[in-house]
Amino acid sequence: MNRFLLPFAIFVVVVGFLAVGLRLNPRELPSPLVGRPAPDFSLPQLHDQEKVFSSSDLKGKVWLLNFWASWCGGCKDEHPVLIHLAQSGEVPIYGMDYKDRREEALAWLREWGNPYPVIAVDESGRVGINYGVYGVPETYVIDKAGVIRYKQIGPLDADTVKGKILPLVRELQNK
Amino acid sequence: MIPEIGHFALILALCMAAVQGSLPIYGAAVGSSTLMSVAKPAARGQFLLVLLAFCCLGYAFAAKDFSVLYVASTSNSQLPLHYRLAAIWGAHEGSLLLWVFILSIWMVAVSFFSTHLPEAMRARILGVMGLVSMGFLLFMLTVSNPFERLIPAAFDGRDLNPLLQDPGMVIHPPMLYMGYVGFSVAFAFAIAALLGGTLDAAWARWSRPWTTVAWCFLTVGVAMGSGWAYYELGWGGWWFWDPVENASFMPWLAGTALIHSLAVTDKRGGFKAWSVLLAIFAFSLSLLGTFLVRSGILTSVHAFATDPKRGLFILVFLTVVIGGSLILYAWRAPRVGLGGGFSLVSREGTLLGNNVLLVAALGSVLLGTLYPLFLDALDLGKISVGPPYFDTVFVPLMTPAIFLMGIGPLLQWKQASLPELAIRLRWAFGVSVATALALPVVLGKWTPLISLGLLLALWIATTTVVNVRERVSHLVGNSLVSCLATLPRAYWGMVLAHCGIAVFIVGVTMVKGFEVEQDLRMNVGETATIGGYTFRFDGTEQYKGPNYIAARGTFRVSQDGRDVTVMYPEKRRYTAQNQTMTEAAISPGLLRDLYVSLGEPLEDGAWSVRLYHKPFIDWIWGGCLIMAAGGVLAISDRRYRLAWRRKEAEVPATTQMARQTVS
Repeated sequence: MNRFLLPFAIFVVVVGFLAVGLRLNPRELPSPLVGRPAPDFSLPQLHDQEKVFSSSDLKGKVWLLNFWASWCGGCKDEHPVLIHLAQSGEVPIYGMDYKDRREEALAWLREWGNPYPVIAVDESGRVGINYGVYGVPETYVIDKAGVIRYKQIGPLDADTVKGKILPLVRELQNK
Repeated sequence: MIPEIGHFALILALCMAAVQGSLPIYGAAVGSSTLMSVAKPAARGQFLLVLLAFCCLGYAFAAKDFSVLYVASTSNSQLPLHYRLAAIWGAHEGSLLLWVFILSIWMVAVSFFSTHLPEAMRARILGVMGLVSMGFLLFMLTVSNPFERLIPAAFDGRDLNPLLQDPGMVIHPPMLYMGYVGFSVAFAFAIAALLGGTLDAAWARWSRPWTTVAWCFLTVGVAMGSGWAYYELGWGGWWFWDPVENASFMPWLAGTALIHSLAVTDKRGGFKAWSVLLAIFAFSLSLLGTFLVRSGILTSVHAFATDPKRGLFILVFLTVVIGGSLILYAWRAPRVGLGGGFSLVSREGTLLGNNVLLVAALGSVLLGTLYPLFLDALDLGKISVGPPYFDTVFVPLMTPAIFLMGIGPLLQWKQASLPELAIRLRWAFGVSVATALALPVVLGKWTPLISLGLLLALWIATTTVVNVRERVSHLVGNSLVSCLATLPRAYWGMVLAHCGIAVFIVGVTMVKGFEVEQDLRMNVGETATIGGYTFRFDGTEQYKGPNYIAARGTFRVSQDGRDVTVMYPEKRRYTAQNQTMTEAAISPGLLRDLYVSLGEPLEDGAWSVRLYHKPFIDWIWGGCLIMAAGGVLAISDRRYRLAWRRKEAEVPATTQMARQTVS
């Protein structure tokens, strides 16, 4: 082969990979926790510090666990999606206020709306470590047996909710 | 109204670019002087139109016009004016505008400084640049228009990312883009030469200064980016092998190889096809860098908002530009012919070795950057490639390159004698090895890597001394100073740039070998000692900035009981995005930096604190600046000034007289 064609041939291969790569999502990281029982936690609630929110209370239900914080920009992006999902009533979204200040978290919810029935406060980030949180926001789908079925890293968008979360939730609810 | 004018100016600039990219190239092919002469006015007109668009966007920022979507999403009414203007390139759309604006600056520069080129050559060069510009203008107008309106207007903007609110933001992106886009000139020269079939030493002589200028800008731009990361990110690191950093480093490697290869083409007529290929590489990698940053194909700290449509557009554009030029290369380069032969031990030989090593280094950085993507595309899992890989491949590749760098300038062209070289360099070699082995022991810590790094730096320094001494001894002059002054500036430029590498290596070696880092909890009044410096934490106080609130810590630093400095690291919370930022405090010095950053507040006024003692770290950026200064010195060489003056002589005498009377 003409050796002067070699750079072009290499380039074609690279472009092929770039084209495929364009359709992949580098943020879609596999989590070793998918398929494993969700780590248990018992934490004070955001709206009422005296009460405790415990993951074991939710056994027998399919639910979403959403890590968020008032300091997080991506959380604001996904917030309308969460509100919409909460209003549809298909699945409850429980909040985990991650490394945040109580007053700021409450003010943030007052301003942007609250999609969560109950919010736990993970001030030290300990539960976040157990769940392997890379960065907020992150959302977990947890089934009736308390097993993590799906993990979303980064903001949820309407397409992901419609295409992945809801079909999975319905399937799990019918089990 | 003003944003619409800017939008309209961009549309007109696109039309102008279409004209510039078609008529002159066609004219050069059929030999029509009329069509070729369109290139110059088109390039200048396009510059004025893009300048107008740029000013319109700048005005929208200055006037806080939050009815423009881009302005509303990257600035805020509280943001100071200089950052509002820097916010022009604070996100995707505006940085594209900056890209095109800088491209048009380069085009205007070519139109002014190319009067000594044959007309067909100039027409082709400007034509190729027009085509590149057209691609980017199309990109902006179709999927990333910075002038898009937001109706109804936002009450206030979402603010510029706090990471970017820094003096570095004002200057780093323009410098970097001057370098990136500057390679489009060398690229256009190469494509024009391939189109015209006139690939000769003259082509290399014309390309050299342009390439060097772009390379200087890129060197400074990359160095500034690294320095910015060092003081802004608060981790105390200066290079992270992040995909976007790699994207700026790869064109630099290609550009460095190109400068050396062009030198051979210019002086000896050799490496012609290779120089052309490197010119294509350098610009292609700039485009690839743009693609990697904009498409969201890789995760990075620099990730801008991503949109698959944009990624697709750039990929198609990339394919057309790079694929087209590589096909052109495959078609035309075989006819270029080879230059004069040379033996392996000769200046050509070492430059070839240096080129191969630089390209190998470039290839390994490219592989490391794209490897996660390759694996993912083949469904083999997700991985990330980090500093361990890059450090492992880079050191073995750069070690021989730097060894060759020391001997290359000492060799004759075409053929040199190895035994003679060994005799000339025995002192340089002995001194380097002995010092490199002894110095770390004196400094109190010996590792192979410290010795290796010092050896390389000393090798450059000692061989340079040998080289200058030999050069001077060949000259007959009255004094040493007049002898040194007779050596051409291009030569001194090379010497300076090579010394810059030595300084850089010293910086890297000393920081990696001797830095001390401590993470600790400090109560008010408590002290900690690292690297001989004692830090006393005097607590924090709250204060309010223009668009943030901050806790500012006070650290009194003393050495042997003497007060050295007081440092004020900050933890800021930017109110618009509610984002916290660490502003490290740095006390710079020629031989060491002290670096303090605040972590998290703990109870009773205590904080988690990170202290660093970083010896010689400023040499890293100092070395880069010296390299760039070497480049500047080289292009101020007499022969380029002569070429400029010759052109001046062609200007009609009446104009010259008029100028004299004015001055």
